[in-house]
Parts: sequence; C-alpha cells; structure tokens
Amino acid sequence: MDNKLIVSSSPHMGSTVKTKNIMIDVIIALIPALVASVYYFGARVLLVTCASVATCVISEYICRLVMKRPNTISDCSAIVTGILLACNLPSGIPIWVVIIGGVVAIVVAKQMFGGIGHNFVNPALTARIVLMVSFPTLMTTWPAVLGGTDAVSAATPLGILTEGGISGLPDYMNLFLGNHGGSLGETCALALLIGGIYLVIKKVISPIIPMTYIAVVFVFSSILGQDPVVWILSGGLFLGAIFMATDYTTCPLTNKGKVIYAIGCGLLTTIIRLFGSLPEGVSFSIILMNILVPHIEKLTMPKVFGTREEAAK
Amino acid sequence: MASNSNRFLGKLGLVKSPGAPVPHRKNTKDSETVDMPVPAVVRIAMSQHMGVPCVPMVKAGDEVLVGQMIGNSDKPFSAPIHSSVSGKVKKIENYLMPNGTKTEAILIESDGLQTIDPSIKPPIINNSRDFVNAVRKSGLVGLGGAGFVTHIKLNLPPHVMNDIDTLIINAAECEPYITADEREILENSWDVLSGVYAVSELLEIKQTYIGIEDNKPEAIKIMSDIAAKDDERGDIVKVKVLPSNYPQGAEKVLIEQCTGRQVPPGKLPSDVGAVVMNVASIAFLARYLKTGMPLISKRLTVDGSAIANPKNVRVLIGTSIKDVVEFCGGYKEVPGKILYGGPMMGTAVMSDECPVLKQNNAILAFNKEEAQLYEPTDCIRCGRCVNACPMNLMPTLLEQNTKFNNVEGLNKLNIMSCMECGCCSYVCPAGRKLVQSMRIGKMILKNSGK
Repeated sequence: MDNKLIVSSSPHMGSTVKTKNIMIDVIIALIPALVASVYYFGARVLLVTCASVATCVISEYICRLVMKRPNTISDCSAIVTGILLACNLPSGIPIWVVIIGGVVAIVVAKQMFGGIGHNFVNPALTARIVLMVSFPTLMTTWPAVLGGTDAVSAATPLGILTEGGISGLPDYMNLFLGNHGGSLGETCALALLIGGIYLVIKKVISPIIPMTYIAVVFVFSSILGQDPVVWILSGGLFLGAIFMATDYTTCPLTNKGKVIYAIGCGLLTTIIRLFGSLPEGVSFSIILMNILVPHIEKLTMPKVFGTREEAAK
Repeated sequence: MASNSNRFLGKLGLVKSPGAPVPHRKNTKDSETVDMPVPAVVRIAMSQHMGVPCVPMVKAGDEVLVGQMIGNSDKPFSAPIHSSVSGKVKKIENYLMPNGTKTEAILIESDGLQTIDPSIKPPIINNSRDFVNAVRKSGLVGLGGAGFVTHIKLNLPPHVMNDIDTLIINAAECEPYITADEREILENSWDVLSGVYAVSELLEIKQTYIGIEDNKPEAIKIMSDIAAKDDERGDIVKVKVLPSNYPQGAEKVLIEQCTGRQVPPGKLPSDVGAVVMNVASIAFLARYLKTGMPLISKRLTVDGSAIANPKNVRVLIGTSIKDVVEFCGGYKEVPGKILYGGPMMGTAVMSDECPVLKQNNAILAFNKEEAQLYEPTDCIRCGRCVNACPMNLMPTLLEQNTKFNNVEGLNKLNIMSCMECGCCSYVCPAGRKLVQSMRIGKMILKNSGK
C-alpha cells in the first residue's frame, strides 16, 4: 500500500465542542442582556458595544502580530471580552474611553501574560477598574432609562443606598427587569438569568459559582440588616456572578475550589458595598479572588481514585 | 462511579461527572459472526501479551499443524503462542510491532487443509495447580485489549486467594464501534456461564457479576435468563447493568460499579478481593476446557468509515489486516488511519500488513477526513478534563508538569494512576494531546528512578 497511514497516540476521537463554540455560546448568552439594554438605554448601547468589540479584536490581532505568535482572533474570545467590557460601562461613556478600556483589557491584562488561558485576572474587569480609577466621573455618570422622568442622569440603586436613601429605590419588579440606572449590561437581571441558564444547559459553565456567589450576598446582606432582594438585584452582581466570575481562566478548576472562590467573592462584595466608600464591589471582589485562585486550587486538590478512607476494604 | 442522584447533579454541573460522552456507533451489533477463510500466509508475532516475549520453537522449513505450540518462554510472565494454520514455516523475521517494540515473528504458509495437531485433547484437571497450568498452555491472555497474561491473574498466592470473594466479567464494551463482546454473549452465552463456573470453582468464589452497559439490552436479557435457568448455581451469577457512560469497562471503574470498592493507586484488583476477566476470555476458557484447542482465532469487529461492509468476523491469529479488510469488501475510501481496537484506547498501526494479535477485538479503518490531526490551541482552563477524569486526576496540571519535566509535581499529582482511558483528550475543547503527555510524564517519572 503506497498510501501512508497516520500513526498517533490514542484517543483517536474528540468532542466537537471546541474553544470557538464555547465562546460563541457565551456571546449568544449575552444577547438577551444587550437587547434589554438597548430597550432601556437606546441605540448608543450598540455603539459602545461595537467600539469595545472592535478595539478588543484589533488589539488582539496587532498584539499577536507584534509578538510573532499564531493569531487567535478566530477563537472569538476577544469578542467576548469586548462585549463584557461594554456591559460594564455606562451607555453614555465617550468612545475614546471605551477604546482605552479595550486596549487595557486585551494588551495589558490578556496578551502580556500570554494570551487566552494565561491571564491571571479577568481582562474586562481589569479594564473596568482601570477606567473607574482613571475617569471616576465619566464612569459614574449613569444615563436615565428612556422615557424616565430625569432625562439627563440617574442614580443607581446602590448609589441611592450608599447615600442613605430609601425613597428613590425602584421596586423589586423594576429591579428585576432592569428598569433603573447602571452599567449598560448589568441592569436586567432577567436577561442575565436567561443567558446564565442557557450556559448551564449548554454545559459551558457550572452553576456552582453563580449560585453560591448570589446566595452568599443574599444571606450575608440580610444578616447585616439590609434588604437582600435589593442587594442581589442591583449593581453588577448578576453580570459578575454569571459571566465574569465564571471565566474559565481565572476561576478554580476544582468544584470545591469553585465553592470557596464564590463564597470569597460574595463576602468581599457585601463588605465593600456596605463598608467601602464605593457603592459597588463586584469587580474588585472578583479580581481579588482571581488572584487567590492558584492557592485555592492547591488547597482543594481532588482525592485520587482509591484514596478515600471508606473505599478501602 | 456515581449513584443515580449523583449522576443527575452531575448533569446539572453541580458535582463531578466522570467519563466522556463518546458516541456508541455499534453499527455491527446485529451482524452475526462469520468465519473468515484461511489466509494464504499468517504472520504470528512472538509478543502478543503484556510480559516476556516468546522464543520461536520452530525453524524455517518446519511443517506445523493447527494448534501446535510454536513459541514459548521459560519465564512465568508469558503465554505460549500456537500456530493458527497447518502448513510450512517460511521464515522467522524481526518484526516491528505497532506499539513500537521489536519482536520475532513466524511467517507460515498455509496448506489450506487446517490439519489439527493430534496431541490436542481436553486438559485433565484434578486440582487448582492443573487448572492454572492448563490456562497457561491454552495461551490465553486478556482478550479485552490489554493482553494481561491470564494464568498469572488466576495463580494467586493462598493468602490472597482467601480474600478473593468476587469474580467480575467485563462485558461493558464501552468503546465505540466494537460489538465483538456483545456477539460473544449472544452467540455463546452458555460458554460464558460455564467459564464463570469453572473459574469460580477454582477461586472458591461465591459471587460473580457480569457487567454489561445498558445499550446492550439483548445481551443483558439473554445473560440474565440463562443465569436464572440454572437452579443449582444460578444465584451466584448476577448481571450488573451499567450506565452506557465511557469508560465503564475500565477495570477500576467496573470494580467500583459492581462492588463499591475502589482499588487504591498502584494496587491490583485482587487487593480489594476481586478478579476481573473479559467476557471473551472466559468463554474461550470454557471452550478450551472442553476441547483443548488453544487460542488460535479471534472475533473482531471490522468497522469504520473506510470499510465497505462492516461486520463481525472470526479471524485466525496472524492474518494480515489487509486480508481481513478484503474479506469485508475492501476499503470503500482511502484509509487515513487503521486501529487495533477501539477509537478511545486502540493502537494506530503503520501499515495494513500488520497481523491480527490475540488481544485485538476490533480492526477499525477511518477515512482521511476522520483521521486528520489538528494542531492543539492553548489550554483555556475550562476544567472539562478535571471533571471527566475517572481517576480524579488533574490532567491539565499534569500536562504542564510533563512539559517542564517536573518529576516532583508528576509524583504529587499521581500521574501513575492514569489509565490512559482518553476521556481528558476527548473532552478538551483546545484539542490538547493530554493522554500523550500523560504517557511522556509516566516515562519521565519512571526514568527519574523515584
């Protein structure tokens, strides 16, 4: 037979789920939140999102080119980062700020550490924090929802809480549906929940992190005498818990580790919100827990088959 | 691996759900085994088992008969090899096996008469010593694929023998495509049962499980029926229905499913009181005890996208893959990859001139498209490999430790517990060659002397 055969190590079959399919699933899961955002904040949402995605993809392309590494824009992970970054920005933000954010996310947080799979903190969140610290006023100017009474700007529910007010708070239903001020992708808990359920059904994420994270905030805030429903529905908690804290690269590999990580995120978020000078703490707590991931993993190594105590005869 | 509620939680992603969702593709399950005609030439390799290779007992020009012993070793960890045809030894050559080892192979030209060696008669067995010797003489090795020498498995020291309370027959057949074991049960169910009786008598065992995956309802039914029909001893044989979730047929996984016991790392099934045998091995043993005909043929599932007429075939050992494929209608597409065994754990061969070995249970040939290899991309730390590993290892971390030659890390992460089932590589979305790096990692650890 002159035909040459391929000889390779087993297994000789593989799953059809590839990195790209996973990223596309995340993009699909973010669509409901974007649709809700356009409904509440208008078409500028799309402009911000497109600017952010374009910056991320172009920065990744140039970065890989400069680093002489194989190009990775086709895995769609830069698009996910772009959308997530946009979700974390107010819809009225100037486009040049979005571009700075995209470059920070991809160049500084992701590619400088080796690209996909090697970053130790979440790129989109890192960019959000950099922008938050650099342009605090621009980052906290929240456009009001369309058709609202105050057309220029509105306070976020957490902002109202930090100011000590109760009266201006939207009711539970409006909180759940996202009819209030905030970053463009974070307000509609319902849309985020739909995206999260889609990801769990498609087995892209494990529900451990979002469930634990939200539950810890709920329990801890009610212990501290806050209204737990308002606490979990406002701010970036749903966005953070479902889409940011579950980022593969920056969360623990083990299930036990995921629980510890999510508890840490929940406790830190509650503490920052209640005692910190900032109204919101989701991004800081996730980034802080990202840094602890290697240690959490080391402490939660699974017991190898056959080393359980009760398994011995 | 897991109870029903655990499996449900696993589906939701709340707890670990070991294994890989491999497709079944049991295309040949209804294809009754056909005997392949005697080939013109057979090439019988002297290493068809895990252990010491045999030394040829014949030389070029010798006349041999069917069932005649033509290779043996004086070392215990070995099994003799018999001629599968009658005819003339053409030559003895050095031969490179697909697994990379070099061995001798005996090339025999068949005379087409299949004259049986007159010395073949049923073994006389008076005690357990005789039984183990007979098993050795039969040339039996683990027919499930690994080729572990069977008489070693059954020749247990008395203190171990006393602790053995369970015989497990592996009929899980969790590899895609392969249906040879299922056909064994459907066609020779009484052989399976009498083999079980023979071995359980030898080991003085009171309970036997026959583990079958739930995608083989006919096999489960026929085995349960005949086990129940036997009033006298029927209660010792239980059919254990396994979920069809790869790798149920992995020895350690199967033992846990049947008995709830976990074999610790580096230990053998006998350390938890169990002996595991493949269903084809046990049925062969029953036939050998009746007839005395050693292991000279094997049932193979011939399938894959490049095979014209996939079917189950009984093939003489030493027949070339080429002859087997020709008997199955030839290649319908140019083959890109040919395997001994299943797609998850099988060995890729370098040429279709390679002979059928004792421990083969399938010959699979795939077209160029399915054989194509892809460049892996970077690990995204999704944790799918960690979730899939039935041995609770961390494949992605092991891969890193292998890459950096970190002997200490490999040891700490228990790389030796890896059974190379392939689940991690299968589920990896980045297409990383995790099993391959496990093999390299094990080698690094072995060579380090730690």
